[in-house]
Amino acid sequence: MIAAASTPRLAAGRYRIAIVGGGPSGFYAAEALLRSGQSVDVDMYERLPVPYGLVRFGVAPDHPKLKQVTRVFDRIAELPGFRFFGAVEIDRDVSVAALRSCYHAVILATGAAVGRPVDVPGERLPGSHQAGDFVAWYNGHPDFRHLRFDLAAEHAVIIGHGNVALDVARILAKTPEELRHTDIAAHALEALAASRVREIYLVGRGGPGRTRFAAKELQEFAELADCDPVVEFGDRPELAASPGADSEAEAALKVLREFSTRPVAKQRRCVFLFGLTPFGIEGDGRVRRMLFSPSQEQVRSAGRGYVALDCGLVFSSIGRRAAPISGIPYDEARGVHANIGGRLTSGGSVLPGLYVCGWGKRGPQGTIGTNRACSVETVANVLADLPHFDAPPSHPDHLFAATSIRRYVDYPAWGRIDAEEVARGGAIGKPREKLVAVEEMFAAAGGGVAC
Amino acid sequence: MPYVVTDLCSGCRYTECVSVCPVECFHIDDTMTYIDPTNCIDCGGCVPVCPVGAIKAAHKLPPDKVEWIEINRRRAAETPVAMGKLPPLPGADERKAMILR
Repeated sequence: MIAAASTPRLAAGRYRIAIVGGGPSGFYAAEALLRSGQSVDVDMYERLPVPYGLVRFGVAPDHPKLKQVTRVFDRIAELPGFRFFGAVEIDRDVSVAALRSCYHAVILATGAAVGRPVDVPGERLPGSHQAGDFVAWYNGHPDFRHLRFDLAAEHAVIIGHGNVALDVARILAKTPEELRHTDIAAHALEALAASRVREIYLVGRGGPGRTRFAAKELQEFAELADCDPVVEFGDRPELAASPGADSEAEAALKVLREFSTRPVAKQRRCVFLFGLTPFGIEGDGRVRRMLFSPSQEQVRSAGRGYVALDCGLVFSSIGRRAAPISGIPYDEARGVHANIGGRLTSGGSVLPGLYVCGWGKRGPQGTIGTNRACSVETVANVLADLPHFDAPPSHPDHLFAATSIRRYVDYPAWGRIDAEEVARGGAIGKPREKLVAVEEMFAAAGGGVAC
Repeated sequence: MPYVVTDLCSGCRYTECVSVCPVECFHIDDTMTYIDPTNCIDCGGCVPVCPVGAIKAAHKLPPDKVEWIEINRRRAAETPVAMGKLPPLPGADERKAMILR
């Protein structure tokens, strides 16, 4: 336990910036600020005790190489002027207004935390889930670890043709042996090992040339131990011929065409279905079936009717929206915090000192590195504006005294959590065994830092 | 398997790749960029942003481009990291128009 007096004092005469959110866009914003050559100090506030956001809780456990990006975040955290306050949540523990009174500028890097509903009857039946909840569950997110998924169901429907849908399908399709040596949460590995899911439908509204799949991630379905990818263009050869909307969709289409000619021999199947619009979910107290309507064009050209898929699980993966924050204007149409180039705006006029970067700024698109360019743009605007701001009336040192926050996790404390996880994982052949409860994290952190 | 910048970049050097690389694995000289294979985390984010399609997964290179795996490795070791986007080389747009025609 570190005494309160050890909280480092901020240097006088420097700009102080608060970043809310410890995911990729937050780290890249910190980097852009701390490497700007200006006199800037950065305090990063993260609602969980652990950093990295969706790199820890979104990137699939079987994509370990992508997670190496955390080494870059650790280097950013070592830059002079950076401080990390884990387990401090905006709105719950401290308001944006309170941060604003202590910092020259506040940058929201809070992401897009809310899954978009499909908006069909039956969506609230047990067995119908947001894909993002399943992802957070298998990745050991403390808020989602208690969720239950009925993996006794033999058929699962995933709605949406993006990379999150692929992640969900792949984790459902893999054998326990394929997952055992990843950093998947222990509770998820145990549940998935008993899974009876053998048919996974990936259903999209558009044609095969209009998916948002990355070809590289699609290609992984060709190499699964016990699951075949199935694409049936069947009576609709026009779909196979339809050109992609852009080069990435074109590359994905090429892989889908290749799947359509493969023999099917394995226990599990992952079936890609196109041109189907969600119509409703049916069931007697739980999900039994999902109905889709064909597009008008298909009804005309092929006389297609409604399609019913028997299933016990439905995962909706059609996009995400930023979670609204008190006092922060929201762009309902785009599902982001209203902004122009990362400057928060209300009714078209800029709110001084308030900024946004990452998915809360531009929506849930791009790869991890897309956030780098996004945060660089926001920070360029912050740096342009800073000379015009008055010094904030209060100081971060007073912030904790005025709130109910009594402890937090700093970066060295996160290092102890990290070491504990790696050690626990090493003992059982995993790169890490994630701690999934906040109290466990604090215990491994040595209690964290007292305020 | 890392990604590789091929000679299609040479003479254009748009550096869109640099701005989206999460790990700063792009190196640069007077003519083109190179990927450091030991730092690349295979995210593939640079592939669709290249205006001339110069970046490919190493295992998908056609036989006449395979030499670029080794060239990337060697030149990345010899050249500095590109820290941000740079203006394209003179004549890049004309060259791009030729390539994409």
